[in-house]
Amino acid sequence: MDLAFTPEQDAFRHELRTWLQEHIPAEPLPPMDTPEGFELHREWEKKLYEGRWSVVNWPEQYGGRDCSLVEWLIFEEEYYLSGAPGRVNNNGISLLAPTLFGWGAEEQKDRFLPKMASGEEIWAQGWSEPNAGSDLASLTTKAVRDGDTFVLNGQKTWCSRGAWADWIFCIVRTDPEAQRHKGLSYLLVPADAPGLHRRPVERLDGEPAFAELFFEDCRVHESNLLGGEGDGWNVAMATTSSERGLNLRAPGRFMAAAERLGELYRNLGPSADPGLRDEVVQAWMNAQAYRWQTYWTASRIAAGGELGPESSLMKVFWSELDLELHATALRLLGERGELVRGAPDAVDDGAWMGGYLFALSGPIYAGTNEIQRNIIGERVLGLPRK
Amino acid sequence: MQFAFTEDQRLFQETVREILTNECPPGAVRDSWTNDTGRVPGLWRLLADTGVVGLTAPEEAGGLGMSEIDLVLLLEEFGRAAAPEPLLEHTAVGIPLLRDHGHGALAVELLPQAAAGDVVLAVGLASQRFVLGGAQADVLLLQHGDELHAVPRAAVTCTPQTAVDQSRRLVSVEWTPSPDTLLVGGVEGRQAAEDAFDRGALAAAAQCVGVAQQLLDLTVAYVAEREQFGRPVGVHQAVKHHLADVAIAVEFARPMVYVAAWSAATAAPHVRREVSTAKALASDCVDLAARAALQCHGAIGYTIEYDLQLWLKRGWALASSWGDAAWHRRRVAEELGLPA
Repeated sequence: MDLAFTPEQDAFRHELRTWLQEHIPAEPLPPMDTPEGFELHREWEKKLYEGRWSVVNWPEQYGGRDCSLVEWLIFEEEYYLSGAPGRVNNNGISLLAPTLFGWGAEEQKDRFLPKMASGEEIWAQGWSEPNAGSDLASLTTKAVRDGDTFVLNGQKTWCSRGAWADWIFCIVRTDPEAQRHKGLSYLLVPADAPGLHRRPVERLDGEPAFAELFFEDCRVHESNLLGGEGDGWNVAMATTSSERGLNLRAPGRFMAAAERLGELYRNLGPSADPGLRDEVVQAWMNAQAYRWQTYWTASRIAAGGELGPESSLMKVFWSELDLELHATALRLLGERGELVRGAPDAVDDGAWMGGYLFALSGPIYAGTNEIQRNIIGERVLGLPRK
Repeated sequence: MQFAFTEDQRLFQETVREILTNECPPGAVRDSWTNDTGRVPGLWRLLADTGVVGLTAPEEAGGLGMSEIDLVLLLEEFGRAAAPEPLLEHTAVGIPLLRDHGHGALAVELLPQAAAGDVVLAVGLASQRFVLGGAQADVLLLQHGDELHAVPRAAVTCTPQTAVDQSRRLVSVEWTPSPDTLLVGGVEGRQAAEDAFDRGALAAAAQCVGVAQQLLDLTVAYVAEREQFGRPVGVHQAVKHHLADVAIAVEFARPMVYVAAWSAATAAPHVRREVSTAKALASDCVDLAARAALQCHGAIGYTIEYDLQLWLKRGWALASSWGDAAWHRRRVAEELGLPA
């Protein structure tokens, strides 16, 4: 056991820190979940790509640096500590890319990965439907083969940044006769496909960052099928395990938030409620625990282990940690807690309320925490299903 | 960055687990509640012969010259078995204290005897109200201001304080410091006491994790078997979610305990902060595990006859000794510069 970083890892951290200091926009960008912020964040992705920092854990041929898991974790720590802009293509990079690496044909990887890395093509996830949320396998959007083309009909919803994204990775039903999980396929849909109509939906924070997608005889070429026809569930589950585990939300962002929470406490001075100091400490300790559990897991995977249903433990932990961090900040802020971006007296320009609103979605997306606890009970602990 | 144990360390853990499974089953722990010593007859000798007792002593004193990293997995096993042997006081705290700070003839004489397990150590720091196993130990390592003393049992007066876990033979100790018993004093004495406290807190945290894991395993097995309404109670989400929360708490407390062990072994800069983070998480973890375990067992868990109570009570004791969660959170707050 050696928890010290190697000189190479320290050098990597230093190089990144220096680059970020030199390149981070002087003024914070508007939120990426607004139309103007979305495009500015795309430009930032391009800048990251030019510095070869956008996808450090990818192979070099697609714009990455072939980094190890540990280096990727270092990247995430430094990135979020620096206060750099949010990653507008995170769903593509974290959720779709691992699936492309696992299931994609060579020409698909060559076609999609470099443009994802540069931000030229930004991806959204089209999985949920009005009647298929936690019960994803009940989805009904149909894709019927017509020669070398699929014809899509149906509706997707809660598609984050779906109104502005360039591509959408979807799960659709290609065999209506097959039962539930069978008969699904994983399809990459260009946002400008004929017959695809998009309608923005305002989220809890008021930004039009959700979209509803309506497919009306929408035609998509078969070369956009990822994995085999009917393999969609297996392909998609490969995505969710990275979504829940090592890829979607690395510890770096929570460690940075915990540092900022400590700073907020110091700036505001001791609260009238002495219990709040305990809450600040608890949130900080939980961020540390998440950090080390992740390095622990990364070492296990580097030694040939796999991340199975244990990823559900991580998903519950980070989503509840995020909520705890922001709820504590709002309690510290008292009356100013409810102020949002632009309010003259807002502390940190309302970022804590913004973060709180975002954190509230954590226990819901990527499989609700109730579903995760079922998975932990049944697949980690081996409790009976019936 | 290599956050994993070696094969040898894992092998040592398995060896100790096997010894405890065979020699320290629940029946033996139960007997320790009522016998003279509060311990399992013969077990200490076996552990000494395996090298466990003297693990932290230097090789020249007859020990294995190993560190907290090697010890932490064994402490976890002691928690899992609810073993009532003084591995924490003797091996995790006492021997390192003699090793690092005992310059005089007294320490030089004691260290090999402790490493061999012939002399059993107990520990009473100024921050602790009671001494565990004080009346059964041969030598008590006691703090007096900035001084640490090694006091023969015959020179102290012990008043037993009955604990809810009756294998925990707590005593309050009256004694008078003398130059003959002095190990170390002054600035170094204070440092020695602080180091000793951190080692104790780390060891207690490791045992908490072991107890919590055992409570979880016992309860998972029970709810998978126990039937009501014609099916196992473990099929219900209310039960699954209790146990999922325990699994999460154990999963995130455990690596933090290992981090603290590494920091202690390598004298890393933030050792204090990491030990306190580990102990706070581990204390809360075992408290949660105990609550969930009892609730999911129902009335059978609420009896003396059923073995669950052995771990419930050990868990409560370990959670609150060597600084409870609130105490350690306060210390982390100080380390982070958060004013009260």
